[in-house]
Amino acid sequence: MRKIIKYVIADILRNKIVIAYTIVLLALSLSVFNLEDNANKGLLSLLNIVLIIVPLISIVFSTIYVYNSSEFIELLVSQPLKRKTIWLSLFLGLAVSLAIAFFIGAGLPIILYASSTTGITMLVIGLMLTIIFVSIAVLASVTTRDKAKGIGKSILLWLYFSILFDGLVLFFLFQFADYPLEKPMVAVSALNPIDLGRILILLQLDVSALMGYTGAIFKDFFGSSLGITIASTVLILWAVLPLLWSLKRFNAKDL
Amino acid sequence: MRYLIPILLLFNLPVFAKTHVAKGGSLQQVINIAGNGDTILVYPASYTDNEIVITRSVYLKGVNYPVLDGKKKHEVIAIKANNVTVDGFKIIRSGNSSIEDIAGIKIYNSKNVVIRNNILDDTFFGIYSQYGTNCTIEGNKISAYGKAELQSGNGIHCWKSDSMRIINNNITGHRDGIYFEFVTNAIIWRNNSHGNIRYGLHFMFSNNDSYVSNIFENNGAGVAVMYSHNVKMFRNFFEENWGDAAYGLLLKEISDSYIEGNYFTRNTSGIFMEGASRIHVSKNTFRSNGWGMKIQASCMEINVERNNFLNNTFDVGTNGNLVLNKFDKNYWDKYEGYDINKDKIGDIPFRPVSMYSMIVEKNPPAMILFRSFIAALLDKTEKILPSLTPENLKDDRPLMKPLSL
Repeated sequence: MRKIIKYVIADILRNKIVIAYTIVLLALSLSVFNLEDNANKGLLSLLNIVLIIVPLISIVFSTIYVYNSSEFIELLVSQPLKRKTIWLSLFLGLAVSLAIAFFIGAGLPIILYASSTTGITMLVIGLMLTIIFVSIAVLASVTTRDKAKGIGKSILLWLYFSILFDGLVLFFLFQFADYPLEKPMVAVSALNPIDLGRILILLQLDVSALMGYTGAIFKDFFGSSLGITIASTVLILWAVLPLLWSLKRFNAKDL
Repeated sequence: MRYLIPILLLFNLPVFAKTHVAKGGSLQQVINIAGNGDTILVYPASYTDNEIVITRSVYLKGVNYPVLDGKKKHEVIAIKANNVTVDGFKIIRSGNSSIEDIAGIKIYNSKNVVIRNNILDDTFFGIYSQYGTNCTIEGNKISAYGKAELQSGNGIHCWKSDSMRIINNNITGHRDGIYFEFVTNAIIWRNNSHGNIRYGLHFMFSNNDSYVSNIFENNGAGVAVMYSHNVKMFRNFFEENWGDAAYGLLLKEISDSYIEGNYFTRNTSGIFMEGASRIHVSKNTFRSNGWGMKIQASCMEINVERNNFLNNTFDVGTNGNLVLNKFDKNYWDKYEGYDINKDKIGDIPFRPVSMYSMIVEKNPPAMILFRSFIAALLDKTEKILPSLTPENLKDDRPLMKPLSL
């Protein structure tokens, strides 16, 4: 297993796209921190990168990589190896290499320029989102045989998580404005890992505005140690569940 | 000869003033034998008095903070004469009543009273002035341990008083730190009012007052100035007032007032205005607040100029489309415009009310979507084609650089 992971990581890290992703992230984060006069504003600009670019690259790159290595996978399957080992190695290779890319590209500037609680939260959320979207990508690719369809599916999933979901939530908020929606909203936010990550960062960045009545409910929940435990658990579940599902599909898949 | 008589009188006066000493027993008896203008030196000892009533113009001086105990039953010192000074006492455990306003030190209908350098601990009301005129309350340290609004009094409470000077007091744990009702021509200067249950400073029907260089920190609901006019608020610090109904500064039915050079830091709302009119807000710094200012549509002729708005979640919030106020030459850190002619003034107007602050005003749970892609999208569209945000609420001459305040 270790050999396969090593091979996958080495293969991906040599990939031009991942190198470009790292350099672009690095350039963006450095310029953001150098242009803004205070680190908090830099973090704010970086927030959008973490919440939009990172999931997009993670999901699209992983999907394409899985399709491109279909012959490699077939080769491995023909060897005396468990399918579970192959699939998990592939996932781990992807997740670790993209996480390294994110860590070098965005993590290092964050540590250098804004190593506050907010910065560290953002770094952790970015790493979590990378892993979650790799996991969603492997699920999307294992369920579709056609490459174009698979990539389309993962792009749609990204679109759903980063834009459509929020639009729908906003729509429902206005449709049901007469009802007390504060507590249900906490539950709804667990349905989208990007939202969950954003709220955890929001609690650091906009804590004054969140001290209003509604905000206080969010703050009470997500600010308590129980809330943070639950939020982290949900994020981990978002990484684990799609992976397990994809593993189940891969085990039964006719290659 | 014309000048000689007053000078002679001046030299004669000290001859009549005597110094008395109290070292235990009844302080009241010592006061009763003193004449007007006498000094009473009070040393630490146990005093048997329940309530000390001062009916002569004496200078009551505590040496090394003698303790006067109200035993949770009585008012400790009642001042019922003009020209009284109470200096250097430690006053503890006044009575507690829901019918009477029992205080540590209470001024009844008197002029020129000075209350200075006292320590008040666990009193119901701290220092209370009722029809006081030209009194000074200076350098007192007032603490209480109230838990609920109804069971505690105010730190410094002035009612129907005039020309009061309230200087350099430290007030904590009361219902309101400083409370003014029907008080005119007063100055509140260099006080520190923090950790009170309701307001740090509370004005009701008090006109022509100023408060300068005070610190109001972490009070239940910040500072409230209501139903007053001609109030001047200069160089105060309003900090860390957090909660849905907590404001750095709450203005309700205020007119003709000045808010200048203040610092509003980390409040849920820096300033909240309702029914306010003709107010000058200038040279203030709003930093890291949830809302820098919330100006309700019921306000008119508010002039907001030359302020710094830094790192606030929302700079300005409002609840309607009617705008009768003016914003001019402020620095907004969210401004994205340009300055072609290099006159340090942005060439396109800035609209401080963001779309999303209007949405949150109407639908508070929407706060959970703040800083999401969809929220940013809505904000950007709104900036180009304003529909929900008030058209006229804009700063035509935003500054490119922050003011040095």
